[in-house]
Amino acid sequence: MISGVKSMRRTTQGVPGVRRPSLADLVPRMMPRLVDYWVTVYRRTWRGSVTTFLMPFLYLTAMGVGLGSFVDDNAGPRALDGLTYLAFIAPGLLATTAMQTAIGESTYPVMGAFKWHRVYFSMAATPLRVADIVGAQLAFVAFRILLTCTVFLGVLAAYGAVGSVGGGIAALLVVVLLGVAHAAPMIAITARMKSEAGFALVFRLGLIPMFLFSGAFFPITQLPDVIAWLARLTPIWHGVELSRMFTVGSVDGWAALGHLTYLVVVLVAGWYFAVTGFTRRLAQ
Amino acid sequence: MTRPVTSTGHDPDPVPGGARTLGLRVFPLFAAGHWRVVERNFLLYRRAWKVFLTGMLEPVLYLLSIGVGVGGLVGDFTLADGGAVSYVEFVAPAMLAASAMNGALFDATYGIFFRMKYEKLYDAMLATPLRPRDIARGEITWALLRGACYSAAFIVVMVAMGLVRSWWMVLALPATMLIGFAFAGAGMALTTWMRSWQDFEFVSLAIMPMFLFSATFYPISTYPDPVEAVVRWTPLYQGVVLCREMSLGALGWDALVAVVYLAVMGSVGMYVASRRIGRLLLK
Amino acid sequence: MMISARGLRKSYGGIEAVKGIDVEVSAGEAFGFLGPNGAGKSSTMRMIAAVSPVDAGSLEILGMDPATHGSEIRARLGVCPQEDSLDNELSVMENLVVYGRYFGLSRAEASSRAKEQLAFVQLTERAKSRVEDLSGGMKRRLSVARSLINQPDVLLLDEPTTGLDPQARHQLWDRLFRLKQQGVTLVLTTHYMDEAEQLCDRLVIMDNGVIVAAGSPLELIAAHSTREVTELRFGVGDNESMAEKVADLADRVEVLPDRLLLYTDDGEQASQAVHDRELHPVSSLVRRATLEDVFLRLTGRTLVD
Repeated sequence: MISGVKSMRRTTQGVPGVRRPSLADLVPRMMPRLVDYWVTVYRRTWRGSVTTFLMPFLYLTAMGVGLGSFVDDNAGPRALDGLTYLAFIAPGLLATTAMQTAIGESTYPVMGAFKWHRVYFSMAATPLRVADIVGAQLAFVAFRILLTCTVFLGVLAAYGAVGSVGGGIAALLVVVLLGVAHAAPMIAITARMKSEAGFALVFRLGLIPMFLFSGAFFPITQLPDVIAWLARLTPIWHGVELSRMFTVGSVDGWAALGHLTYLVVVLVAGWYFAVTGFTRRLAQ
Repeated sequence: MTRPVTSTGHDPDPVPGGARTLGLRVFPLFAAGHWRVVERNFLLYRRAWKVFLTGMLEPVLYLLSIGVGVGGLVGDFTLADGGAVSYVEFVAPAMLAASAMNGALFDATYGIFFRMKYEKLYDAMLATPLRPRDIARGEITWALLRGACYSAAFIVVMVAMGLVRSWWMVLALPATMLIGFAFAGAGMALTTWMRSWQDFEFVSLAIMPMFLFSATFYPISTYPDPVEAVVRWTPLYQGVVLCREMSLGALGWDALVAVVYLAVMGSVGMYVASRRIGRLLLK
Repeated sequence: MMISARGLRKSYGGIEAVKGIDVEVSAGEAFGFLGPNGAGKSSTMRMIAAVSPVDAGSLEILGMDPATHGSEIRARLGVCPQEDSLDNELSVMENLVVYGRYFGLSRAEASSRAKEQLAFVQLTERAKSRVEDLSGGMKRRLSVARSLINQPDVLLLDEPTTGLDPQARHQLWDRLFRLKQQGVTLVLTTHYMDEAEQLCDRLVIMDNGVIVAAGSPLELIAAHSTREVTELRFGVGDNESMAEKVADLADRVEVLPDRLLLYTDDGEQASQAVHDRELHPVSSLVRRATLEDVFLRLTGRTLVD
């Protein structure tokens, strides 16, 4: 597959024979061949997603409705651009759910496919290329997010927290993009991790702070300036903002374009590093 | 069918005098065998200190986000006695109780399942003079010690943020250990019935609602009466009451009820867990 | 007597794995359980290791009853299980020390013994490695080292060399042989006949939960086989018809799909006789009878599992 002499000259970081991917290497071509595998995986594991459906609903009820009654009686609508706390928090939870699903699917399952059941290695032993494997993995994550978030959006609509059907669909597409923009860099990191012990750090120093300080629960303007700017650098904040614009129905075109561009850039970069990471790991 | 371990006289107590009373079975803190299990876990954690330290961070982040961040939107709560309490003061002790619950449960469910089914660690241990009971006690002791470190750190943060009103807070550390004991015991007992990772879904299904609805984020009086009656008897609610009364310095009979409730829950869990581990592994 | 079992039985969920066996192992002996998969060897070993309650019959280990003195018995046993149950999260050295602590050894004692054992199984250089990074043979040796940490009177080894390459097997045999010389009682299960011949003073062949033969390797060969075996290959399809033509040349002739086995006390003579009759096998080979012949004769050639 890789021609010896030429590739030896173009090695990246230590693993001999692994060259930098060309544009063609980055584009998946045979992804449909992996559909059967992922359908089987889904059939085996869909039961495990009950909590992912339920969790945002519980958060919404406890925080949006329960705590929301206190917020609305107090500072509420004044601090939240006229929104009730429920309407404020709902799109935030939609976005953080997408992020959590994405990161969850991109950590232990991906590590397992390298390390325990080694299915990526058996895929790589066929005509499939790395971009196909990466692409199919991300497509599966996207499918998972789509499913979870559709159900959640239904709950939001029942609570009256979705402005319009079009807005809801737009929000759904946005959070799927947001999710994949998290999954791509995450699988790139997982591919480079030797042991699953590091996931604890990923969750505690990455996922949880992003979940708690991304503007989902309270406006980041309440944060100290430095931390607020840090929050603006995270993709999740852009996702929360977009999701809120669409569910509430007040879209600021230029801001939306900016947020979308940011997410696409993160996705493309993540894709690149995922392909290089997988290539290197699979060459070992 | 496997036979019950104890009825065949298997798994004897080699301690001279055979102290096989229920009391010693459950509160074994000074029997020797289980400290070996604790030691093994300690050795492991010495290397994973980064993971250990970041574990302390998690509840603090929740406190800052929900307590301070969302708290800014909520304003003060009025207590039953008419006094006012800031939202972060109200939430902090609940976070303390909830993190004690989470830590203990994580160790006692995922941790134990992994060691039992995947690592076969207990098979190796049972090939030595250690008995199932030593393993159950050892794992729970470890969970409690680890939990105590986390709780102590959180209490220090609470004090530093000025969220503690009373010296009763000194008792919050043992209180969190009691919460840990209750959940670790129950969690470990349940784990012995788990068949695959999928079954842990049930643990999450019990924990998530408890975390969100046990008067953690707003007073129990917010609920309609029937809901309130149910919430009142969840174990986390008991833990939250205990911690909150200590930090606000309003200790009452409720705290005593909570202590008894949690102690019984943990003891029953421990007892069941030691018997079940023997039954599962010694067959 | 180190181990003494009478009418030992064990079932799992209605399936009887061990159907009443009698076994005696005396001090310093190397004793083997041979048998195909599912013969009941591992179940028997678990009962002897005092981790599996006996269903019926009597069992005494080191003069004690495992039902009442499990912990005391285990204190004097070394167990090397079929699948390595090493502590993957700990280093090689830590595995030994921590395990020693389970036996109540002081930390100093445990680490000095651990060093000794590592030297004994030639893993000293890997003391700091993670268990995950060891090869199969190294893990096996580490398992043996671990089972010796309490200086056991009896060492139980469940298929000690399954899955090892020839070098690793011979290395392990060498270590086990030394232990035997030091007076440690060895009890092992195996389905490798060469292993049983190498290591065991005495063995039993188990099949289907019962003992079908017992004795020293030589006694078993004498009782259930001839001294030598001549193997003839005539090509697929011809073996059957040729069998009739050579039937009178041996005590017993066995027809396999790919060859004929002539059981005889003088293989060369049989081979010569075949040639004299102008039967021309593609190949012929004379060899000494082994335990494998005994084993296959007693337990059959069909796959179990």
